[in-house]
Amino acid sequence: MSAQIQQLALVDCNNFYVSCERVFRPDLKDVPVVVLSNNDGCVVSRSNESKALGIKMGQPWFECKALAEEHGILALSSNYALYADMSNRVMAILSSFSPRHEVYSIDECFVDLTGTPHLKETSYQMRERVIAWTGIPVCVGIGPTKTLAKLANHIAKKHPRSKGVFNYNDLTSTQQDNLLSRIAVDEVWGVGRKLTVRLAEHGIDTVQDLRVAHLPTLRAAFGVVMEKTQRELQGIACIDLEDVTPAKKQIVASRSFGQAVYNVDVLKDAMSTFVANACAKLRAQESHASVIQVFLRTNRFRHDQPQYMPSLSVPLPQPTNDSLVVNRWADYLVGRMFKPDYAYKKAGIMLSEITPITHLQSDWLEPSQAPSANLMSAVDALNKRFGRGFVKISTQGAFNQWKMRQESKSPNYTTDWASLPLVA
Amino acid sequence: MPISSNLLNHPRQVLSAPLYLDVCAWKVPAGFPSPAADHTQERVDLNKELIRNKDATYLFRVKGDSMTGAGIYEGDTLVVDRSVTPKHNHIVLALLNNEFTVKRLYRRGGIVKLVAENNIYPARLIKEEDDFVVWGVVTFNLHKLC
Repeated sequence: MSAQIQQLALVDCNNFYVSCERVFRPDLKDVPVVVLSNNDGCVVSRSNESKALGIKMGQPWFECKALAEEHGILALSSNYALYADMSNRVMAILSSFSPRHEVYSIDECFVDLTGTPHLKETSYQMRERVIAWTGIPVCVGIGPTKTLAKLANHIAKKHPRSKGVFNYNDLTSTQQDNLLSRIAVDEVWGVGRKLTVRLAEHGIDTVQDLRVAHLPTLRAAFGVVMEKTQRELQGIACIDLEDVTPAKKQIVASRSFGQAVYNVDVLKDAMSTFVANACAKLRAQESHASVIQVFLRTNRFRHDQPQYMPSLSVPLPQPTNDSLVVNRWADYLVGRMFKPDYAYKKAGIMLSEITPITHLQSDWLEPSQAPSANLMSAVDALNKRFGRGFVKISTQGAFNQWKMRQESKSPNYTTDWASLPLVA
Repeated sequence: MPISSNLLNHPRQVLSAPLYLDVCAWKVPAGFPSPAADHTQERVDLNKELIRNKDATYLFRVKGDSMTGAGIYEGDTLVVDRSVTPKHNHIVLALLNNEFTVKRLYRRGGIVKLVAENNIYPARLIKEEDDFVVWGVVTFNLHKLC
């Protein structure tokens, strides 16, 4: 019995954040639009018109201002409440096509279509249903491995003739060779800018070069990860579909401030919010952390200002996910690290040594944390019901100056009763 | 058999193994069982009734008075389903030249019109040069009474 070739689809939303905004702003159709990162710093999503004008992904917005004025590029602050809701809709629709799927990011999902009857029709149907039900355009790339599915998706996006769907498995082996010889190696999943340069030194410029590269040499120079990539390009699946997102090993909550912060109380206020967010995530995945690390940062781009980037970690006496316990530690650590006269630009907390709650090892020196677990579930339930931040830690929310700068955020069209879109 | 007095005054061996006592783990009903117990059903859920396809359903708030004849007033909330195929006579949320509008869809004999439900607004004939698309079909209108 021969093994069936895997028909693994990667569905990727086109210009996702911009597309979400356009669903509720039809007047933005054909207008060059970009969505900016936190604090309106960098470009994180571009409409095709903005791409054509030469705006780069990740480019700082202040660099684009002249171009933006000349061509009327519209910049929007990121509206993560909207993007998350639209993403949930897209993922729910895609998951109905196969029980085996993996949500890979906010705008990408692997769907295993192996054994699906009428594969071609189904892949087009998948694309059309997402567009019909959500208004978000997507492309579908199908291949025998995750790496080739990702590459197929790139082809579906780049070539209008594919009509948004491309199946690598439909190619003959000669067609595969020809196609991969025409694609630069930096399009391969996991091959970044630095690796591209190093691969070029070994004469590997195209995907095909990498696919047929001498394995022992490749392994010696680039290690087993690259070997896996090569095997994936040859059609041998090495990266499995993860049906359940693995629980995070580290949780980071940090943010750049809207303006420089000089005051320790403002830093502590911001830190409390990071603590609350990080601990809520920890509780949502039913785990607790044993180590916390707190850091402060000045603005490293301001060479004219003195720089100070301290960081302190502490192992906790007992693993916890209690916001109040973590907050006491974070508060203490911020106090220890703080030095006056620095312009702080960023702060954050990282929780690590994360283990499931069931692994609690009791300690006869430290009292168990059990009584507060009920308090925390009550906090989570209230925040879920009445909106994030409804119940806060008392050190949270007295100061506003560290908050995100979001000068042109769209309303929460789908998640806030008072912000529904209007129709006449 | 009565315990003899000399046995009571002498040490006795005690079993070292723990003795487990059964504790009743189930509820013991007191009084009469509820006659409704076999007939319980989940309470009516408005989300279920009003939202047929949750991944394709969006809410819009009404502005203006062009649809009062259909019982749609300013401030009402429309339930809009993008997965319903628009048909003649449906009330639709349409995009006409990149603007949202809610109207009754007329589609007969090759003629497409958006019809207001208020005499002061004339029907709008869709012409070749119009950029027209039905965004979704209105399935319910939520009208607050108090």
